[in-house]
Amino acid sequence: MKKSSILLLILAVCFVSAFVVLDKNNLFKTSETAGLQLPQGFSASIFYDNLGRARHLSVAPNGDVYVKLSKLKEGKGIYRLRDANHDGIAETASGFGNYIGTGIVVTPNELFASSDNGVFKYKITNNEVDTTSVLPIVKGLWNKRQHESKSITLDNKGNIYVNIGAPSNMCQVEDRKKGSPGQMPCPILDSAGGIWQFKTDKANQSYGEGLRYATGLRNVVGLDWNTEVNDLFVMQHGRDMLFQFYPEMFTQQQGAENPAEEMFRIPKGADAGWPYCYFDNDKKQKLLNPEYGGDRSKVGDCATKTQSVMQFPGHMAPNGLVFYTGKQFPAKYKNGAFIAFHGSWNRAPEPQEGYYVVFVPFKNGKPEGKWEIFADGFAGPNKATGRVDYRPCGLAQGPDGALYVSDDSKGRIWKITYQN
Amino acid sequence: MKSIKILMLLSLMMAAFSFTSIAQPALTAAKTRGKIVFTTYCMPCHQADGNGVPNLNPPLVKTSYVLGDKTKLIGILLNGLNQEIEINGETYNGVMASHDYLTNQEIADVLTYVRNSFGNKASLIIPQDVKLARVAFKK
Repeated sequence: MKKSSILLLILAVCFVSAFVVLDKNNLFKTSETAGLQLPQGFSASIFYDNLGRARHLSVAPNGDVYVKLSKLKEGKGIYRLRDANHDGIAETASGFGNYIGTGIVVTPNELFASSDNGVFKYKITNNEVDTTSVLPIVKGLWNKRQHESKSITLDNKGNIYVNIGAPSNMCQVEDRKKGSPGQMPCPILDSAGGIWQFKTDKANQSYGEGLRYATGLRNVVGLDWNTEVNDLFVMQHGRDMLFQFYPEMFTQQQGAENPAEEMFRIPKGADAGWPYCYFDNDKKQKLLNPEYGGDRSKVGDCATKTQSVMQFPGHMAPNGLVFYTGKQFPAKYKNGAFIAFHGSWNRAPEPQEGYYVVFVPFKNGKPEGKWEIFADGFAGPNKATGRVDYRPCGLAQGPDGALYVSDDSKGRIWKITYQN
Repeated sequence: MKSIKILMLLSLMMAAFSFTSIAQPALTAAKTRGKIVFTTYCMPCHQADGNGVPNLNPPLVKTSYVLGDKTKLIGILLNGLNQEIEINGETYNGVMASHDYLTNQEIADVLTYVRNSFGNKASLIIPQDVKLARVAFKK
């Protein structure tokens, strides 16, 4: 009797622990936040799971969530997730588009999705994408495998903004080789390292038809059009290897914290300074990069470059940016910026950092006050080593004012809501 | 004739003895030196545990790149690697620069360290291997 009850107990434990693996977020972390740590009053659901490399996402006026994948899932690179009964969990996922990419923007009657070379447009009627209407509006952009993803955003004047990341760390003669000098001027800037503007209603545009709207941006993944002040905002991924290349200027810890990951407000014609300049988080100043003669105090031409409006610790990889225009969240969130930090690698052997969603309050198009962590808990127990569970990548606002977050390591999509 | 045979046998035994008794300290010493090189030049991308970074920097743990042909492996350090590679179904696109400025001794040590760390086990790489590889890749 005693033996059999022990056996039963063991069996029960086994059953429960097997169940935990399948459904741990709902069982053992507060189910109201789906495993995330959120401010008081916010809750979250797992809207969809296991999409694979889910990069950016965008929500249609009817609540359909469109997700762009950087690895095909069952042969498809775009998925539409539909939550017909509005319980915060999508019941159906339907895929289309046989190309990988990062950027996606949905409007009431059109869908824009990027490959690593260009942008495609689709018509939407009665909440259904007409996949036969696919039109390449931008093509032939650089894809040299480094910083190859193309992020996109729209203004309200018929233009689309496309990031073309520099296929380089520092525009050295030999990329990422210690001691190799920086090229002056950097030839990459003619075709990459900036944001290009194209028309949303023209087919087959490339460099010849587009405008280099902003330059001197090493790589941008998170970008958004701010409708309050009608300007483009971007998050730049700062350079790698300051400590490894210049141990005489940077300690290991300073190399982990520098350079800043920067948020820029980008007027037409802006030059953010890459590869010549970086923002030093210790000196609190835009300085000349060592590859171009910098010594952590020389400013050079960097004083004349477009200055960032906010700086963050190094290497955290801001991959998603969205300005909150909804009514659901408390007043302090209105017009503020949410930023998804994908998480670092170039901090080793210092602990890795990032893997969370940050909020920056804004007033009149300017950051007001300090940034704060809004959603955390994506990384799991092994954050320091970078062996993390989830990596926040894309952000989108739903028509009801909810915030969606995508993870591009396993493909989990969260829906974050607020209730008084 | 018989004495020559005995002498040969004896020298063979001595060689075997010296191999077993010297190999282990030689490996330990090479790994100790190699770890310093690894920490400076490799760890930032491949990480302290050799597991790399998803999508970017490939893992060094139990892959044919690390455990296979020595000359090919030395070639990656000498020439760098700028192409997409696939390991266990995952692709990696990170750019590795040429590390030809390291000495033959440093390259031999660091590769011996990598081939005998993170659960890896493979033969030593010696400076002569690197010297020959430099000649081979120059052709």
